[in-house]
This record gives sequence, C-alpha cells and structure tokens, in this order.
Amino acid sequence: MRPEPRAAWPDFAVGLGILALGGLALWQAAAIPPSPVYAQLGPKAVPYLVAAGLLLLGCGLTASALRGGWSAALPEVREAPPPNRRAFAWLLAGLAVNLLLIDRLGFVVAATGQFVLVARAFGSRRPLRDLAIGLAVTLAAYLGFDRVLGVSIGAGILEGWL
Amino acid sequence: MDVWTGLATGFGHALTLGNLGWALLGCFLGTAVGVLPGIGPALTIALLLPITFQVPATGAFILFCGVFYGAMYGGSTTSILLNTPGESGSIITALEGARMARNGRAGPALATAAIGSFVAGTIGTLGISFLGPLIVEYALRLGPAEYFCLMVLCFVTVSAVLGGSPLRGLTSLFFGLLLGLVGIDLQTGQPRLTFGIPELLDGVNVVLVAVALFAVGETLYLAWNHVEGRQEIRPVGHLWLSRADWKRSVGPWLRGALLGFPFGVMPAGGTEMPTMLSYYAERKLSKHPEEFGTVGAIEGVAGPEAANNAAAAGILVPMLTLGLPTSATAAIMLSAFQSYGIQPGPMLFTSQAELVWTLIASLYVANVLLVVLNLPLVGLWVRILRIPTPLLYAGILVFATIGTYGISNSVIDLVLLYGIGLVAMLMRRFDFPTAPVVIGMILGPMAEQALRQALTISQGDWSVFLTRPLSATLLLLALLALTGPRLWGMLRFLIGHLIGRRTA
Repeated sequence: MRPEPRAAWPDFAVGLGILALGGLALWQAAAIPPSPVYAQLGPKAVPYLVAAGLLLLGCGLTASALRGGWSAALPEVREAPPPNRRAFAWLLAGLAVNLLLIDRLGFVVAATGQFVLVARAFGSRRPLRDLAIGLAVTLAAYLGFDRVLGVSIGAGILEGWL
Repeated sequence: MDVWTGLATGFGHALTLGNLGWALLGCFLGTAVGVLPGIGPALTIALLLPITFQVPATGAFILFCGVFYGAMYGGSTTSILLNTPGESGSIITALEGARMARNGRAGPALATAAIGSFVAGTIGTLGISFLGPLIVEYALRLGPAEYFCLMVLCFVTVSAVLGGSPLRGLTSLFFGLLLGLVGIDLQTGQPRLTFGIPELLDGVNVVLVAVALFAVGETLYLAWNHVEGRQEIRPVGHLWLSRADWKRSVGPWLRGALLGFPFGVMPAGGTEMPTMLSYYAERKLSKHPEEFGTVGAIEGVAGPEAANNAAAAGILVPMLTLGLPTSATAAIMLSAFQSYGIQPGPMLFTSQAELVWTLIASLYVANVLLVVLNLPLVGLWVRILRIPTPLLYAGILVFATIGTYGISNSVIDLVLLYGIGLVAMLMRRFDFPTAPVVIGMILGPMAEQALRQALTISQGDWSVFLTRPLSATLLLLALLALTGPRLWGMLRFLIGHLIGRRTA
C-alpha cells in the first residue's frame, strides 16, 4: 500500500486564500445594485461567474494541497537558499519610507531614501555612495517623467528648485 | 491597400528621420532591458505608456515595437554570459549558450544568437506582412459570438496550456478577470467590486498591476532569496562565426524560425514550446550530438533563439488583426492602442492602414538596427551587466515607483502597487504564472462586452455559441486545449520517437 500523502500546509494556505478571494468576489457581486436599464445580461452576471470560478479553483488547489501539494517538488523551491529575512526587512523598510515621505517631502527625497535602503537590502555597504547615486537616478527619473513625458509628479522640497 | 502598396507607404513613413529616431531609441532601450536581469519588455512598455499623451500614435508604436524586438535580442546576451535567462523564451538558449561561454566560445554563441534573431525576426515580419491581411479579410466576418469564443480560446491557451499547471494558470487568469471587473460597468453605469471606495470607480490601472507583477514582486522575491556574493560574467572573446559555425547555424536558424512563427500566431502563443521543440529537433539532427550538454553546441543556440524571435513576431499577428493579446507585452501594447482611442482588430487594417503599415515597416527597420546594435556594440551591453545588483534593483524600484505615482499622484496607488507586489512574490514562490493576470485584466472586459453583444443580438438565447459553426469549433478547441495537455505529452513523445528513428 502506498503511504498516505501528507498535506502541504503552505499550499493549503494558498488554496484557502483563493477560496477567500472567491468569497470576497461573491460578496461584492451580490452588492452590485440592480441595473436601472434593461440588459439581456445585467452587470452582475459576469462577476458571479468569476466568483464561481475562483471558488472552484480554490477548492481544486485546496484539494491538491491536501494530497501533498505542488510547490515542495518545484526545483526552484527545493534548491532555494534559506530565506534572507534581513534583506527582506530592509527592502520593506525602503518601501515604507517611500510611502511615508512621498506626500510630505516629494518624490525625489522619498525615492532616494528608498534607493539607499533597497541597495542595503541587496548587500551594499556604502550608504554615502548609494545616496549620491540614488539622488542622481531619482533626479533623472523625475526630469524624464515630469519634463519629457509630461507626467505630473507633484512638487516636493527638492523639485521646487528645479 | 494590398501588401506591396502597404509596405511602400509604410517604409515611406518609417524611414523619415523622426520615426527612425523612435525606432533607434526603442531598440536601444529594449536591448538594455533585455540584457538587465529582472526587467523585461512588458514592464518597460508599461512605464513608457505616458508617452501616448505626448507623441503621435505612429511614433509611440514604433518605439514600443523596438522595445519588444530589442528585448528578445538582449535576453540572449544575458542567458549566454550569465546563465540567467531573463524570460521563459531564453531558458533553452541558456542551456547550450552558457556551456559554450564556459568553454571560451561566448563570441560565436552571441553572434549566432544575434544573426539568428535577425533571420528569424525578418522571416517573422514577412509572415506578419503577408498573413496579416489574409486573416483580416476572414476576421471581418466574425460577429460578437465568434469573438467571445475566440477570447475564451485565448484565455484557455494562455493560462492552461502554457506553464506548469492548468489549475494555477486559470487561478491567475481569474485573478486578472477579477481585477478587470473593478470599476463602473460601461453598459449600465453600475459600480462593481469597488468596496465603496471612490478611488476604485475608475478601475484598477493596468500599468500599476504590470509594474507590481513584473518589478516589485520580482524584487521582493529576489531579496527573500538573496545570497551575498557576485555573479561571474564570462568574457566575450572573439565575436565572429567561423565558416564551420556558419554552416552549422543556417539550418537551425531557418528551422527555428519556421517552427516558432506559427506558435506565435496561434492563440496557443508563448515562446516556451517552440524553443523547446527546436532544441530537441536540433539535437536529433546535429552532426555533433556529443557537444550537446557538454561543451555546448552552436545548433542548440541558433535554433531556439530563432524560434524565440519568430514566435515573438508571430504574437503581433493576432494582436494587430484580431485585437487578441497572447503575451503580457502584447496586452500592454493593446492598452496603449486603447489610450489612443484605437481598437485593434480587423478594422485596424482599413481605418488605420497607414499606422499599421508604418508599424510593420518599422519592424524590418528595427531588425536591421538591432543586428548593428548587437554585434559591434556587444561590449556596451556587457558593461551594463556589470552594474552591481544593489544599485540595479534599487534603480528598478525607483522607476516602478515613479511610473505608478505619476498615474494620479496618490499614495493609495503606491499602497496597491506594493500590496499587489507582495501577492506577485507569493505567486512566484508557489509557481503561479503572472502573464495570465495581465491578459485577463485587459481582455476580460472586452470578452464581457462581446458576450453581452452576442446575447443582445440573439435576444438572450445562449445557444448562439453552439449553433454557429465557427463559434462552436472555437469552443471545442478551447475544451481540447483544457483537457489536452496529456494528449500533447503523448504527441511530443511520438515526435521525439519519430525524429530519433530517422537519424538512427
């Protein structure tokens, strides 16, 4: 007899996540107000269809996870180095700094801060060099988008000078 | 307009100084992003979309097509010199190319890849020029019911046939369809899936999702798996083909191109299957099978690289003639057409004949430019590979941020960007493909519209999809594609068997 396959918990969580997404879609599809104009196929039909699809796929993924899952067998997962929590934390810090500063100090300052922290995440040990390069890159990006492409990037403390 | 007058008009426009400039810029940018690991043409075109507000459609699309073709050329450089394929189409190139580089034959590998890309790109572009108008003539007769079935077929092939598993591919697709539903329903004006948040009434921006999937998710995933240390870049060496190399390359180039183009044209798109098939075919046909998997065989670079480029050119056929994108890059280009108020589809060849033919002519131009850019200038691209990883990814995130923040200067967009980026990282970890998300998001609303139109015409009778012969055939094909991976496996086994017997 074959041994009972063991459930893969990470994959199980993914399956539940897709089921939750399907539930969310179902709830929002039900919340669509009825159409004021006549249509053969109202605004609710396709959302219900997509919600049903997600629920079905979620069931399939969950079932597959309970039968041993799929991701443990992937070469990329099997040969993956141990998770680098330090790098990941620096990277998230970079994104957070950007979110906090971009409204207050403008794109150039916020993105330069993000640049230094992301470089640190990928192992850079020279914050001053990163600061200089980051400033140059963000300024170039700002000028390219704001002046050449004509996309408004808003005005921060450094952008005002230009 | 017939093909020859079309091409003549097209070249007349494509060879003006301004349009040549756009082509050159596109090829340059495309090669650079192709060379850089971690970013690709879909992301680059998404970031360049604001250009559609500034530049006439012709210039913008010449630029985009330059990026699209250029990225194919650049990708092979990275595969060969770093052994890190940038996209799925160059995985096979890395297989033999990196082995050749390790044995001091990086130069011939790069040269055969570049010239093979030129040969295949030109064959593919010829295919677009002559096949496009034929398909258009036929496509003009399609009604909404057929269109809907065609889109269903496209959904199934891009999500269920390509990639590791139909279950995960379809999940990605439905995630994309869900994102595409967010916002005001165009037909009835009702808000859908907005959670009562007014910012979501306009829908989720495609650029935001593409940048989150292709830049933020990738960077997060790489940080999570980051190992300190540097990658080794192989020296290029002498960059030319010997007479023997030429002899061994020509056959694979032509076979690869003829194999790749049909795969690109069919909505079964994708570059993985044709590159893989070309690789196996060349290994069987080669007079030097002992070089495969050991010192690196030049046929194993020439064939798949040609197949890759021809398939990429083929993808433009359903995009231009039917408005059906079968790759993430094509989907982003489709949204660029929409931002000009142009709907790609059979009408495009008549209503925008000048634009279409200029675009096609500029593809020939781009191919020539790219060979020039890639052979003598390969040293420049190698230097790009020397950008230290920390600065590269920090820079990618700067551009991801500005591209998204520029949409509406709203921090909410950035929160969405990073949130979807985290989802994309999990998708990468659990092997969910990302391209179906973008395709579902862009094609989903179009499919819904076609469905509703078809049902309005038939007065609510669902049987239209089964009683019209073409729509029924398309649905049957979709069903086959969904259940057929097993059949495909058997077919591949048979082909391998037959080729094996012929050479034995």
